[in-house]
Amino acid sequence: MTMTTNPAKASRWSRIWNSNMGYSFRRNPVAVVSLAIFVFITAMALLAPIIAPFNPYDPAQIDIMNSEFPPVWIDGSDAQFVFGTDDQGRDLWSTILYGTRLSLLIGLCAVMLQAFLGISIGLIAGYVGGRLDSLLMRMADIQLSFSTLMVAIIFLAVTQAMFGSETFNQYAIYFLIAVIGVAEWPQYARTVRATVLAEKKKEYVDSARVLGFGPLRIMVRHILPNSLSPIFVISTVQVANAIISEASLSFLGLGMPPSQPSLGSLISSGFDYIFSGSWWITAIPGVLLVVLVLVINLLGDWMRDVLNPKLYKG
Amino acid sequence: MLAYLVKRVFQAIAVMLVISLVGFAIQDNLGDPLRELVGQSVSEEVRQQLRDELGLNDSFFRQYSRFLGNALQGDLGTSYFFKEPALDVILKKLPATLELVLGATLIIVGFSVPLGVYTAIKPNALLSRLIMGVSIVGISIPVFLTAILMIFVFSVELNLLPSYGRGDVVTVFGNWDTNFATLDGWAHILLPSLALASIMLPLFVRLIRAEMMEVLQSEYVKYAKAKGIRPYRIYFVHALKNTLLPVITVGGVQIGTMVAYTILTETVFQWPGMGFMFLEAVNRVDTPLIVAYLIVVGFIFVLTNTVVDLIYGLVNPTVNLARMGA
Repeated sequence: MTMTTNPAKASRWSRIWNSNMGYSFRRNPVAVVSLAIFVFITAMALLAPIIAPFNPYDPAQIDIMNSEFPPVWIDGSDAQFVFGTDDQGRDLWSTILYGTRLSLLIGLCAVMLQAFLGISIGLIAGYVGGRLDSLLMRMADIQLSFSTLMVAIIFLAVTQAMFGSETFNQYAIYFLIAVIGVAEWPQYARTVRATVLAEKKKEYVDSARVLGFGPLRIMVRHILPNSLSPIFVISTVQVANAIISEASLSFLGLGMPPSQPSLGSLISSGFDYIFSGSWWITAIPGVLLVVLVLVINLLGDWMRDVLNPKLYKG
Repeated sequence: MLAYLVKRVFQAIAVMLVISLVGFAIQDNLGDPLRELVGQSVSEEVRQQLRDELGLNDSFFRQYSRFLGNALQGDLGTSYFFKEPALDVILKKLPATLELVLGATLIIVGFSVPLGVYTAIKPNALLSRLIMGVSIVGISIPVFLTAILMIFVFSVELNLLPSYGRGDVVTVFGNWDTNFATLDGWAHILLPSLALASIMLPLFVRLIRAEMMEVLQSEYVKYAKAKGIRPYRIYFVHALKNTLLPVITVGGVQIGTMVAYTILTETVFQWPGMGFMFLEAVNRVDTPLIVAYLIVVGFIFVLTNTVVDLIYGLVNPTVNLARMGA
């Protein structure tokens, strides 16, 4: 993919910039704006402890008397709370920053887990083949036939009922990552397996085998780098889906607790107050969540258009 | 074909067995049936005696086979809260959920086919780009947020449509409550079905568009054009027919997924269906009901997937049945 005339001199950055992908990126305003917004939101989320005027996890800074202040552009607001306050009197802006951090963290970690499981299983199934391959792919079919959300809802509901909400809330973040991570591995496994089957027949794999390299080295060092483009495309979509799943689960009360809210649990706590007119507790985190998922999806779309070899044919 | 059918049915049975094992494990570890029966004020001796009588001290295998035997006869235990057989409680809630899925399906089918075909025929038209743009926004909005937005706009601000419950239902066929018989029922089901459809509709528009564009490139469509057949006949009779096969396959699988999303819409609209009941059961730690829900939903998933696979194998002559069954 990265083709330059003299790769020895070019830095890695300029190689990316001058590649096909870099060129198509510069020519696509939607992709540029999406990436800018994504980087901006991520940076804000990472810097939350520095930017946020309040610490939503510190009970000393929360006063219930401050609850349900509207954003500053509406009458009856308090100047120190830019986007108003939530039902517990937390500054909404600070809570959103910390919540975005949690949503992104859970989404990215869950996808890393998916990728790790899926790529390993896909490589093994494709490379080893035979009975192991058909067994693993049959498992992938069955896993795929159950909706991730359904599996996650039932798993988290039973876990919550079993451990009680105290313990569950403490470890909610790990449960979320684990269940979203495990439920979606076939997405990667199927694609990786398909590319491995195509790559396995090529001569460079034969030559590596003749050179006496072990199967693990051939799989990871030789075949995997050539399967990366579909992995990238899947990963963007999966991050968007994982963030939506996390928000949905938290909305149902099966995810992050109100004391440590992600975007989903913030929306959920705001939903109870929507009929009394406090729309901002739901709307502002909602808009942020949609924008975050939307830019990731737009980037994914762009990447699929660039990397999908099918399109070059037409 | 017969070998494929047998293998596919065996796989479905194996998956159901695994689900029942999970269900039994939950029942075994979650909550104490004895406490639900007799409360706290019974001596330890009587407790042990009761445990023996109820068979709670039997080996895991014997308890599981008893659980399985009862389940096969439709006995999934008795709900702690409703004091009724768990399966009856769920079956009473099933029509509400299925009607929601039906409403959403009607919306999806009604809109996705014309929109998908149009965007495939005229990929560069302004309207097509608008539809594709809206569809990616639609994919990015979680279903519960669409639902909340609809409640806020149509119920709170405009005061046009009700925001919760089923409204007037009419009982048909003995015990099936339907929303589709009264105007009030239609008003109540409109928003929840729209919200449920909103997550799937963009996916189907995109799928139909992609498949249709591929079909329009094929030789037989070019031949039909050369022969002078009217364009709309080519699009809707010749091309659409070959587009729908993969769409139906994906659609069948998505029916199961929709059951999962009903939990979200039912929660927002307080729709008295299975999903709403399940979350209540979780809050009450009503173990038999949780397990029964798991088994019923698992059954719905396995059934739809098996039927879709069989239909696909039957309809699509290019599927290599021997290989698929391997």
